[in-house]
Formats: sequence, structure tokens, C-alpha cells
Amino acid sequence: MQFMLLFSRQGKLRLQKWYVPLSDKEKKKITRELVQTVLARKPKMCSFLEWRDLKVVYKRYASLYFCCAIEHQDNELITLEIIHRYVELLDKYFGSVCELDIIFNFEKAYFILDEFLLGGEPQETSKKTVLKAIEQADLLQEDAECPRSILEEIGLT
Amino acid sequence: MPAVSKGDGMRGLAVFISDIRNCKSKEAEIKRINKELANIRSKFKGDKALDGYSKKKYVCKLLFIFLLGHDIDFGHMEAVNLLSSNKYTEKQIGYLFISVLVNSNSELIRLINNAIKNDLSSRNPTFMCLALHCIANVGSREMAEAFASEIPRILVAGDTMDSVKQSAALCLLRLYKTSPDLVLMGEWTSRVVHLLNDQHMGVVTAAISLITCLSQKNPDEFKTCVSLAVSRLSRIVSSASTDLQDYTYYFVPAPWLSCKLLRLLQCYPPPEDGAVKGRLVECLETILNKAQEPPKSKKVQHSNAKNAILFEAISLIIHYDSEPNLLVRACNQLGQFLQHRETNLRYLALESMCTLASSEFSHEAVKTHIETVINALKTERDVSVRQRAADLLYAMCDRSNAKQIVAEMLSYLETADYSIREEMVLKVAILAEKYAVDYSWYVDTILNLIRIAGDYVSEEVWYRVIQIVINRDDVQGYAAKTVFEALQAPACHENMVKVGGYILGEFGNLIAGDPRSSPLVQFNLLHSKFHLCSVPTRALLLSAYIKFINLFPETKATIQEVLRCDSQIRNSDVELQQRAVEYLKLSSIASTDVLATVLEEMPPFPERESSILAKLKKKKGPGAVSVPDLEDGKREGGELNGGGERGPDSAAMSASNASTPSPSADLLGMRSAAPMSAAPTSAGSLLVDVFSEAGPAAPSAAVNDDGFLRDLEPPTETSGLSSELQTPVDSPFNASSRRFVCKNNGVLFENQLLQIGIKSEYRQNLGRMYLFYGNKTSVQFASFTTTVSCPGELQSHILSILRATKPVEPVVEGGAQIQQVLNIECLTDFSEAPLLNIKFRYGGALQNLSLKLPVTINKFFQPTEMTSHDFFQRWKQLSQPQQEAQKIFKANHSMDTEVLKAKLLGLGTALLDDVDPNPENYVCAGVIQTKGQQVGCLLRLEPNGQAQMYRLTLRCSKDSVSLRLCELLAQQF
Repeated sequence: MQFMLLFSRQGKLRLQKWYVPLSDKEKKKITRELVQTVLARKPKMCSFLEWRDLKVVYKRYASLYFCCAIEHQDNELITLEIIHRYVELLDKYFGSVCELDIIFNFEKAYFILDEFLLGGEPQETSKKTVLKAIEQADLLQEDAECPRSILEEIGLT
Repeated sequence: MPAVSKGDGMRGLAVFISDIRNCKSKEAEIKRINKELANIRSKFKGDKALDGYSKKKYVCKLLFIFLLGHDIDFGHMEAVNLLSSNKYTEKQIGYLFISVLVNSNSELIRLINNAIKNDLSSRNPTFMCLALHCIANVGSREMAEAFASEIPRILVAGDTMDSVKQSAALCLLRLYKTSPDLVLMGEWTSRVVHLLNDQHMGVVTAAISLITCLSQKNPDEFKTCVSLAVSRLSRIVSSASTDLQDYTYYFVPAPWLSCKLLRLLQCYPPPEDGAVKGRLVECLETILNKAQEPPKSKKVQHSNAKNAILFEAISLIIHYDSEPNLLVRACNQLGQFLQHRETNLRYLALESMCTLASSEFSHEAVKTHIETVINALKTERDVSVRQRAADLLYAMCDRSNAKQIVAEMLSYLETADYSIREEMVLKVAILAEKYAVDYSWYVDTILNLIRIAGDYVSEEVWYRVIQIVINRDDVQGYAAKTVFEALQAPACHENMVKVGGYILGEFGNLIAGDPRSSPLVQFNLLHSKFHLCSVPTRALLLSAYIKFINLFPETKATIQEVLRCDSQIRNSDVELQQRAVEYLKLSSIASTDVLATVLEEMPPFPERESSILAKLKKKKGPGAVSVPDLEDGKREGGELNGGGERGPDSAAMSASNASTPSPSADLLGMRSAAPMSAAPTSAGSLLVDVFSEAGPAAPSAAVNDDGFLRDLEPPTETSGLSSELQTPVDSPFNASSRRFVCKNNGVLFENQLLQIGIKSEYRQNLGRMYLFYGNKTSVQFASFTTTVSCPGELQSHILSILRATKPVEPVVEGGAQIQQVLNIECLTDFSEAPLLNIKFRYGGALQNLSLKLPVTINKFFQPTEMTSHDFFQRWKQLSQPQQEAQKIFKANHSMDTEVLKAKLLGLGTALLDDVDPNPENYVCAGVIQTKGQQVGCLLRLEPNGQAQMYRLTLRCSKDSVSLRLCELLAQQF
């Protein structure tokens, strides 16, 4: 996989993950083009399209589009299920995930993605294992943060 | 405010995000962001040291701002500081910032690498994973330099945790992709392959991506992975859906891993070990079988996962291309998907079938779905699916269905999406050319193409139609007529005007006999388009006009008037002005002869790869033009497409050009009154005399200045010249002798230097052949010698030629012509042809040329008239199996009655009317006269117009004659 983009129906980018080195300018150009192309497609159309020399696989979940660019020999259907598994992971973690969860906890969305896919390839496809890794990290976090959050209330907001 | 997140709440961050979301305008957002940036900057610069939490929060805010699309130029150092925090969340945010926002500040990279190094050696698996994720996310060369040797060690170390192994495998993959030179193969590689056997499915899943990539680059080093992959696959495929617990996805066991395994196997040829191969075939069969089972769940995830494996298995089957049974099953499966209600499956089935179409085992099976695919092209609502349908039609096209497919593509073009029109046009043009049996169909198709999608018809396409029309005299009259009709349309595309101008300029005379398309009508029609055209088209039209003056002297006054008017002769465009001035002058001062020479018909174009195909290849990238290469090997000649190594038939076609008898032959004859060459000597008139019957399109040596040629590519490179001359005996060029089976006079050979004409007459078993050697250059040929030889047995069968009256003169002056007479006597029947070898020096270089002389057994025919009764009696007498020779073959030329009759008469036999009960058939009778004996021959030719086929039967009193005549004649129709 070359990159994954999450964007809203209004075309707002919510998450971007690039697995190939590209300049910021190129990334912005690709994003703009692709968001436009995908948003222009009608609901019942097929989930795959040829785009430049890549294949684009996308699927819409509620207000969010999940869009992956894969190489020619890659499998479209299994990519569709990569998207779905990622949605399941987000859903399980946030509990009925919605776009706002991803906006406000974008860093978590990245962490979950890193546990699931690395360098554009599946690292761990078991839902349980991925979530266990994330929850463990959260535990570490909470231990460390407990006294902090009180301080923050007083000092920094 | 949203539901507050789990874990820590960085409340400051949440508030900031809310603020941004509440901004009513872009300006307000920018204002809020600038305020925040100023705040963060002051905190970072402040005297008070920030605690880890604040640093984390501000770094996270910066990250958010960056992800919104704003530039961030500070905060990197704070992020790097977070890396060395021993609090997990701080480290994690630090790594995230680095992963997203790394820049190659060398100082920073050194610090980052240091932090990573510490974490990798921390032996804390969570920290190690974070560090590995960061390397995998950034994947820079600097990181490869620092860690490419370390990571393989972590990957294969015995005590590494599974989760770390997974990260290490994919991290290494990323480094290998960015800097393959830095990842050195070594002792670890064999251990990596064995990860395919790992107990932990997650480890196998991660490792296989790495192994696949490494195998592609170093197949030999990793080939042990084949048997391991097969046994792993086999275990998964045969497992129950619950066996693999959490690795089962919607009742499908390990779909990701299965796909990856099948993909890995595609890096290798089929396994050599029989047992391994057997096991693999079993797996593939099981996968195909499962596709037929009822689904275990109605969820789309279930069918997607299952079908993902199925498509990957089909890819592997296609990759092997060696199991006809599996290929056909795959094709049937895809056929089912073509009608599936899921658009995604229809799309993939069309795509996958495209590759199946190029396998010889499944090409026919794919073709059976043509109606469904055509239907998809017409009815699919999604352009990307229609595009796949068009690709598949192109891939499945062959001679049998070309007309249907091209017609469908043309009608689709009328409504096709703009994005794919140009490609469609190229495809139609290629198919029409490649599979044209009947060139009037080709011309119709291309003109339709211009009519329907003129804007998308590139230069290559209309150049090509002109090249083909020039090279095929049997279609020139038709092309002129059709293009004339097409130009009648009130609004026709400029490309049509270009083609029209060119073709009418060359061949307008072929339709000038009809008062509705008289020369003036043609001219007025073309000129009515002139003012609407661009400069290059106008230039082309001006050239067409001067050609008109040559073809039709009666148009001279009208055209001169047009050229003379201010808008031409004083045109502000230099090119147009020059043409107008020059053509006007040329038409007024040159004599008819000079004009005819200057404006001689275009010579045939040399055959080469279709420029259109080249263009499509360029457009789609090499390898993407999957077309019917499959067929190339099997196909008989006849198409014009293809390079130099084509079959003799098509080469003969271009060589034979004008001399093939065709429906337009009489029209062509008219034209041949024009002098043939620029030869200034008196010998020139002899040439005219000799060739008046054939009227070949001789390229004129002197003129065709670039004014005319500029519109098309130059016909021949001079470098091709000497190689053409040294054509070896058995080259396709000698196929030209075939043209003389049914006629006695014409041009035997022609290139830029030399033209050889023949004229011959036969009586009984004797013949006399006049050979005319014309020097087309202005330089003399020295040491000119010719030798005739009879290879092998032929010597005793023909007594010829050795009786040549006298040797030719050793010098042929520039532009001059010499002749030679050969006497021939047929002693007994023969099948080989005598060889003519010509040697001479031209400009110092020795030229050597060998040709077959067109002396064939049928030349010694005496026609025999007989009644129907006699014919059938004789026919029955010649009933021994070896006396009969029969051939069934496809028509290569027009099946027109008059043409066929002319050919059969040319053969030398008597054409018998009212003999065959079926009036469509032809029967002939004759006696071949040799010195020793007479051979009676009966011939029957049964055309089948619908199938464009013939059946030819010969019965002769001598077996060898039946065979030889059958061979000779089968090439004539």
C-alpha cells in the first residue's frame, strides 16, 4: 500500500498515512485530486478505480471516506477488508466510533493504525491482539498521568 | 464537546480542537492558529523549563496544526526531547511527531537515531516497537544507514518477542524498499524464510510481506520458500473456520495471509517437486470449490475475504499458465462474476479475464462471454467498469469476432466518457487494422472513427489510414468514394478534411467518371472546407489542389484562380504563401509530362510497426498492451500491422501493390498513361510501353520534394537501400513472383535504384521472356551482369534460358534501360522456379540481387474446351486419390466474379461455362505441354462468399502436377 487517506464528505482530511516518500507539495496535490475524484463518484459505483498508475480502493463509512492507494499487483478485495478491519478496530476502541472521535483523538487513530499496518503491509490482523497492545499502552499512560491531570486543571487551562 | 477520549485527556488540546472547529471562516481559523503558535513558541522559548506533559501537549497541538495543512517550522527539538522521556505516552507522541514531520536536518537526525538506538537496545518490547514503527514510518536513507544491519539481528534472534519480530520484519521491508543496497543478505535470510513456519500467525503475516519482496529481487536465494508457502497455504485452506481463532475473519480462515501466500508463489514458476505441486493444485481446486459453496455468512466482509483469496488463486493459475483444467475453471468462475449483482465483483472479473484472454488455453473460453461483456459496455453505470469491459473486448478480439467488437466499440464511442475516448479510438484503429480481411471495412471503420470522435483521432491514426490506402490498390477507389461521401456532411471534422484532401488528391481520378463526383465537384467540395481549417490542413489542401491539376487538366483554370487570389498568394502564413506561389508557378510553366512526373502517385510506404500501437503502448506503459500477441504466431499474413519479420503474404502485398488484379484494375489502367519515371533518355518511352498494361505505382526518383511528403512520414530511409538490394533468395521479396502466376507482364522488382520489368509469351512447351532493366538513378551502373540458374533438379526439367540470346551490356547509364531475352523450353513438369542473379556497382558499392523468375508450370497450358458431359467423364477417370489435390483456404483478395474469371483465364486454361450445376462455381480444363508428355488438368473452384473461403480441387493425369498447381493457385485468390 502506498498511502491511506481518511476524509469527510466535505472533503476535510482527517487522517493521512504515507508509506512512500513524497514531498509535502506532492502529498497535498495527490490529496486534493483524489478527494475530488472519490467525492464525485456516485454511491453504487464500484469501490476500485485506476488512478495515475495506482489502484485506488475506497469505502465510505457514515460521513467518512477511507481511501487506500495500492500497487498494480495488489489485491483490491483484501484491501477493502483492510479498511474494514481498521474501522472495526477504531469502533471497538472508541465504542461506536464517529468522525469526531477521530478528530479529537487523531493521535490514537495513528497509533491503532501503526499497530495494524506497518510500512503499508499488515502487521497484525488479529483484532484482539491489536487492541490488547493499544490498551496496554493506555494503561501505562494512565498510571503516569493520574497526578498530572489534576495539575493541569489548576495550572494550564 | 465530544465524548471525552479514553486514556489521558489532554484537555488543552481538546479545547484547542474545539475552538478550531467553531471557527466560522478560514480567516478566523488562521487567526486562532497563529495565536496558538505564538503561545507555544513563547512557552518553548520561556525561561521556565517545561515539564514532559506540557511538552507533549504542545507538540501534539503543533502536529494537529500541521495535519490541518499549515506549515510548522519549530518544535522539532522539543519532539526529539520527548523521545528520551521514559514515560511511554511522551515518547509515543514524540515518535508520532517525528514520523509525520521529519525533515532532514542532519543534527536532528543524529539525535533521533540516538534515541531510537537507545530504545532498540532497551529490551523493553513496547519501546522497541515504538522505535521500529518510527523507522518504518520515516524509512529515510539515514535511518537505513544506521539500522539496516541491526534490524535483521532483532528479527531472527531467538529471544525476540513476537510483536517485536512483526515490527522488525516490516521495518526491514521498508528499509529494503528505500535502500536495497544497504540491506545485505546474509545468514539471517534463511532464518527469515523459516518464519513462514512460525507458530504465531501474526509473525507469519508480517514476515511474508518481507519475504515476497526479497524473493522478487533474489529469487534463487529464497526459493525454499515455495514448499514452505505451499504447506502453510494447504494447512489454512483445509482448516475449519474456527481453527484459527482470531485469525479467522468472518468465517474465512486467515484471508490476508492466504492472499499473501498466493502472491508469494507468483514470484516463482510452478513447483518442480511433484508432491509440492500436487498439494498446491489441490489447494487451488479447494479454493475454486469453496467459491461454489453456499456462503457461511450474508455479510459482504465474508464474501469479500473469500473472493479476495479466489482472485489471488486465479492470478496464480494465470501466472502458471500451464494447467488447462484450472484455467478453464477460473474462466467459468469469472464468467459467473460477470453477472454478479456486486459491482466490485463484475469489475474484478472483467479485469482478471483480460489476462486470461491472453492465455492460449483460455482464450476461447473467454470469448464465449462476449455478449455479456458487450452488455457491460452498454449498461454498466460506472465508467471504471465500462473501461474494464472495453479493455477486455480489446483483449479477446481476434479474427473471428473483430467485426462485432469493433462495431460495438464504435457505437460505444458515441457516448463514451471523455476521459477514455482517445484510448478507445486507438484501440478501435488497431483492431480494425489488425484484423482487416476486407480493407473497405477498415476504411469505413476509420472514417467512422473520425466522424464520431474526430477530436480524439490523433495524427497517428489518420496517417495510418493513408499509408494503408496508398499501399493497397484494391481499396483506393473505395476509399476515394467513401471519403467523398463523408465530406458531403455539412459539418465534418478537420481530420476528415485532411484524409479527404490526401486521398482525393491521390485517387480522386478513380471516382471522377461519375458526374456526381466529377473533378470540379470534388474540388469544390474540398475547397468549401478550406476556410474553416487550420493552417496545416490548408497546406495539405493546397497540395491536393496541385495534384488535381495533374490528375484533371480541366480543373487547372479554376484552381489557378484560387491559388492566384490574394488570400493565398499573399497569405500572412509563410508556409501557405510559399505553397500557393510555388504551385501556381509549377502549374503554369511545367509541361504536362513534367507535372505528371513531379506529382507522381505516392510510392508505397515501407512496412513497419503500426505507429498507433506504439502510441497506445506509450500511453498505457509497456506491457500494458495485452493484445492478442497470442495470435501473432498462428495468423496467416494479410494484415498490414507488424514489423519486418512478417509472413511473406503481407510483404508480397506491399511489393505487389499495383499489379494485383482488382475491381479497380481498369480504372488503374487509365492512369497508367502517365509516364513512369523521370528518366530523360529515349529508353523512357520504352518503359511506358512495356508497362502500360500493369500501370504500377512507380516511385519517381527525382521529385516528391518535401512539400508533399511533409504531410506524412517519409516513405523510406536511404539506409535501408542496400540491405534491401541484398535480399537473399528465399526472402519474402520473391513472393512477388507469385503475382505472375496468372499474368505474363509487369514489374518484377523495384527499389530506389533499379526497376525490372518482364514481358513474356508462351506457346506449347516453349516460352520467351523479355527482361527490362531500368536504371532509376542518374548515375551509371557498372559491371552489370545477370545470370540465370536452375537449382537442383530443375536443370533437367527446364531447358532454358541458358539459351539467352546474348549477355547484357556491362554498363547501364543513369536513367537508361537495357533488355535481355530468355528462351525457355519445358522438358517435363517442375515445381521450382529458375533464379535470376543480378550484380552491379552503384557509386562504388557492389549490389547483389537474387530473384525468382516467374516461370511456373501453368505457363505451358493449352486451353481445352469441352462439354459438361465430357468434363465429368474425364473427372471420373481421374479418380485415383493421388491424382486429386484439394485445398480449402480463406480469400485473400476480392471475390468479385469478374476478377476471378480474369485470373482463371490468366492461368492459361479454358474457363468452362454451364458445366458445374452450381453457377457460383468455376470449372476449367487445359493440357500442360512439356517436351516429353502432355498432362491433362481439370480444375474446380468453389467460392463461399459468406465465409470468405474457397475450395479448390485439381485432378491431373500426373500427381505431381495436381499438387504443384494446387499450391500455386491457392495463393492467387
